[in-house]
Amino acid sequence: MTVAVDKTKCIGCGACVVECPIEALDLIDGLAVVNPQKCNDNGKCVIVCPTNALTLPNQPDQPKQALDPEAGSKFDLKEPLPDTVKDYAQDNQKKTISAQAAPVAGGDVWSGVWVIIEYSNGKVAPVSWELLGEGRKLADSIGCGLCGVITGYQVDSVIPEAFAYGAEKVYVVDHPALKDYRTEPYAEAITSLVTKYQPEIILMGATSMGRDVFPAIATRVQTGLTADCTVLGIDPETKLLQQTRPAFGGNIMATILCRTSRPQMATVRPRVMAMPERVEGREGELIHEDIPFDESTIRTKVLEFISSDAKSAFLDKAEIIVAVGLGIAAKRNMVLAEELAEVLGATIAGSRGAVEAGWLTHDQQVGQSGTTVRPKVYIAIGISGAIQHLVGMETSDFIIAINNDPEATILKVANYGIVGDLFQIVPAMTAEFKKRLQHGVAN
Amino acid sequence: MHFVVCLKQVPDTSEVRIDPITNTLMREGVPSIINPYDAHGLEEAIRLKEKVGGKVTIVSMGPPQAKEALKKAMTFGADRAILLSDRAFGGSDSLATAYILSSAIQKIQETDPIDLVFAGKEAIDGDTAQTGPGIAQRLDFPQLTYAIKIQELTETTVTVERKTESGRQIVQAQLPALITVEKELNDLRYASLPNMMKAAAYEPEVWDVKSLSFDTKKMGLKGSPTSVSRIFAPPGRSGGEIMDGTKDPAATVATVVQKLFQQNIIMVNPLAKGGKS
Repeated sequence: MTVAVDKTKCIGCGACVVECPIEALDLIDGLAVVNPQKCNDNGKCVIVCPTNALTLPNQPDQPKQALDPEAGSKFDLKEPLPDTVKDYAQDNQKKTISAQAAPVAGGDVWSGVWVIIEYSNGKVAPVSWELLGEGRKLADSIGCGLCGVITGYQVDSVIPEAFAYGAEKVYVVDHPALKDYRTEPYAEAITSLVTKYQPEIILMGATSMGRDVFPAIATRVQTGLTADCTVLGIDPETKLLQQTRPAFGGNIMATILCRTSRPQMATVRPRVMAMPERVEGREGELIHEDIPFDESTIRTKVLEFISSDAKSAFLDKAEIIVAVGLGIAAKRNMVLAEELAEVLGATIAGSRGAVEAGWLTHDQQVGQSGTTVRPKVYIAIGISGAIQHLVGMETSDFIIAINNDPEATILKVANYGIVGDLFQIVPAMTAEFKKRLQHGVAN
Repeated sequence: MHFVVCLKQVPDTSEVRIDPITNTLMREGVPSIINPYDAHGLEEAIRLKEKVGGKVTIVSMGPPQAKEALKKAMTFGADRAILLSDRAFGGSDSLATAYILSSAIQKIQETDPIDLVFAGKEAIDGDTAQTGPGIAQRLDFPQLTYAIKIQELTETTVTVERKTESGRQIVQAQLPALITVEKELNDLRYASLPNMMKAAAYEPEVWDVKSLSFDTKKMGLKGSPTSVSRIFAPPGRSGGEIMDGTKDPAATVATVVQKLFQQNIIMVNPLAKGGKS
């Protein structure tokens, strides 16, 4: 038995959530939701509910058993709330949502989709262009403009690219203080643009830069931020940005809304959104913004940047990955994977088991406690496919799994699964690729 | 020097599942652990204390049960542990959480000036990586995220090696500063017997909403601009083709490799392999 919520009566005041001594209630989407596994029917929430939206079925000794079925609808939000809940209800989202949540699309306040274009060490992070593609779809659903923001030093070469990938308007802050990435000047530059031009949505790649500067900006402008989204959408009615992201190490997906403040901010995982078409020569409006930085007030200095070479590049950048698991049985068998990787120009990685066995180092580990990868091709050799591993690789474009156990979980996520002895399969595969690739090159 | 470590008790995420019928989180019986990244922040704080002297204060926000995580953290050699616990904090998103933690750190700072704040790069339950930077901004401390090495600590500056996609950035910041840490930063120690005994007798301080001059509008559900509208199980990847490679491995492999070339998944021209740029 558990407390029942009448959704037509619940005003989402949160009184029950606060009252419940065992935290069995949550306010989700403006409505009280009972966790049936926790609820012990103590009835405290039923007593505190101002609209009689909560009932405890089949408990004749409860004080509110005889409920007036019309009680909730009779309740008038204009009437003063009981003292016990007044405080929780006064800034209630449900009451303010119509006023705040859906600013006029295309209006002059909080309007437009912005993409912050990541430019560092002379390179644009490709996720910036992916987001212009995604931003286009969002802007079209809302009926507003799409803008790019470029912050850095000597960024002129990036501006035509931003237009080519779909920005209608580009804001530029070009200043020597922005030469190397540092949180303080970058957060200051973007915050001042946001405060001045009031975009409705701002997106940036969930890279080390995006995930450093966006929380700083969100705190400065006091708005909501959702990290590392993998799906974005616009609610057709409210025009709110639906931000979907994995949580609990990828075991659940959550859709997050930012109802009460603007802009709505999200960082988006690289290589999830499709790369848009690049249209050479497309033009748009260009706005140069002058922000006077005082170097003496910036408390961080970049002393050095050490680029990683191709081999030691972080795993999440690799195009082809050959990954090994405990199935390879011994370190000396690593050579099988290494030969295959050599032929394909692939990067070697592995499961946690392979790392703990000492065959690989921690920075080669794929999965929840390692790196999340999304290569074009992922070849899993002797990996059973524990959920912690799958969350780190299942968004790879193409997965090939080799395992001797037909029940192995990895086969369920593989595009091609080969059931068999890896000590036969892998050398055969290496030979086959070698033959065809060499043959191809010879042609 | 005074080091503050932000620490979170988290469910061991690999065991949290969605009930496919009710679509709610099944947290029952899931063990709680110290967020692994925070543990590395604590380790670094204790190492620095051992090197330059000073003390380590741990701050955590969570339900009363989170005291256990703080007692555990004390066994590694921290000096003081404070749990921020109140129903009014419940439902806080990362903006509100950073507000509550930074308010507490400000209060600690009034009597005991702080040099460095450590936090894990993210918590493994939410994976947002937003609370650390949020605290830094509210305290007006420089923030150094994704630290893999503390190169130097002086009276007035800290020099940190940060991990980024394209390489390592060496950054120097003025103190006080906030650092969020990667696991590569250090190896965790085992608790020493004297510290375990000290921790067993130690009772973490508990601060509630009345302990600080909080603005209650900035915390809990009210202070959180974001809310979860839906949770669901991740969509399963649709199964592909399973081939039996036990009978004739070479022939099976040849078929697979041929298909890979036919579908341009692997390309013959090695130059084309570079792909996206």
